[in-house]
Amino acid sequence: MKTFEGYRRANGSIGVRNHVIVINTVGELAGLTKKMAQLVPGVIPVAHQAGKAQYPEDLEQTIRTLRGTAGHPNVSAALFLGMGEGDPAEEIVSALKKDGHHVHAITFQKGQSISVVLNEGKLWLEKAMERSRNEQKETADITELTIGLECGGSDAWSGITANPAIGVCSDAVVRDGGTSILAETTEAIGAEHILANRAVNPGVGEKFLKIVKDYEMRIRDTGEDIRSANPTPGNMAGGLTTLEEKSLGCIKKGGNSPLMEVVAYAQKPAEKGFIFMDTPGYDVESVAGLAAGGAQIVLFSTGKGSPTGSPIVPVIKIGTNPKLYEIMSEHIDVNAGKIIDGLNTIEEIGEEIYRKVIEAANGVPTAAEKHNNQEFAIWRLAETI
Amino acid sequence: MMSQKYNAIKLDRKDNVAVALRSIKPGEFLAVQGENEAIEIKENIPYGHKIATIFIPKDSKIIKYGECMGISTEEISPGYYVHVSNVRGLKEEERLSALMEVQQR
Repeated sequence: MKTFEGYRRANGSIGVRNHVIVINTVGELAGLTKKMAQLVPGVIPVAHQAGKAQYPEDLEQTIRTLRGTAGHPNVSAALFLGMGEGDPAEEIVSALKKDGHHVHAITFQKGQSISVVLNEGKLWLEKAMERSRNEQKETADITELTIGLECGGSDAWSGITANPAIGVCSDAVVRDGGTSILAETTEAIGAEHILANRAVNPGVGEKFLKIVKDYEMRIRDTGEDIRSANPTPGNMAGGLTTLEEKSLGCIKKGGNSPLMEVVAYAQKPAEKGFIFMDTPGYDVESVAGLAAGGAQIVLFSTGKGSPTGSPIVPVIKIGTNPKLYEIMSEHIDVNAGKIIDGLNTIEEIGEEIYRKVIEAANGVPTAAEKHNNQEFAIWRLAETI
Repeated sequence: MMSQKYNAIKLDRKDNVAVALRSIKPGEFLAVQGENEAIEIKENIPYGHKIATIFIPKDSKIIKYGECMGISTEEISPGYYVHVSNVRGLKEEERLSALMEVQQR
């Protein structure tokens, strides 16, 4: 049985990190969020531009993401910064408190001095840091682990080396009773019937087909047609013949396990096993959604060395080719390029990725963490008003 | 330069194509891990591109990752190049029938 050492939260979840964060509810406070975090060493700012001038569906998605981020098992304590009447900070905090999370909200009012607010936040954060330092780790089973699957800066090797190796790891995590969430709805277009085929029941299959169709319609409304534009001339030069082949190269990150559930962006799955989350292809927003949905670790394949990290979850980078590893080894955790050199099989790299997952779960920092790469953005469906 | 035992890879045992790990020239033999059959390469295969590993009749499925990634538009013999000149993507009705299979299960 595979285990790791993590932090048990009041709601029963288990974290692989013990972060203290500051997070804003509206974009106007992004700068102040960073300033606040700088006042106390070790505190991580989770700053973003969302929360204002949004359609109801986007506001709901933003709040779900903020709640999922602050209430994440990797987060020991979270300070919310809000502004003015009707700000959701207090409401989010009171809901998170009911669930046992250590959170606090400061809502700016007109005419209030910034230095007073900064001081109030600093005092709370200092105590939160001290509290987090005293939290002890305990042994947890792999069945309590959720990994997210992502790719960014793909190349012609992504679908041949890193993504299938991630698939091997995903299947192994699922086999051991854990959870693995595949993301990026855009990447599934053209192979959606194949993933739907793996659904545990027709309802799950139909839900998956619907999110793909809805996404495609939104893109079509902007005048783009993914189906006829892919594979691109560049893809074809790299060896990709059909859209099905291109999409298969992406969705094989999810291995061959049955699809148990389809969840909305930043939504926590109710099932264990292999899950699909509706997210955009943009890696920063997609990783933020996976994290807010409860993934404690994200696996990320890259052919071009995308540095994308997360403020709250370790992101494990899997490089697709030997050259990338040679040039950018500081950004890469696992070199799947060894498959091209004939040094390792896809299965062996899959096992190496799994070992990295356990290592990261036990607290060993990933390349993105060593570089403090802490990107965060929330997916928007509609226009800014 | 490290020695390479294999010049191609199969992504699933069910596949009827292999992917070149380096550019392969006519006259060379295909070396795929876990497979012993000697297949002579008949055309230039750029790295990352596909080679047929068995005889593929016209209008049949091209299998990669153990899944159907397209349909052959002519017959393809082992050792020959597999790309846009002899493979097409699925048509809408073919995709729909693949979905019907799902719903009928």
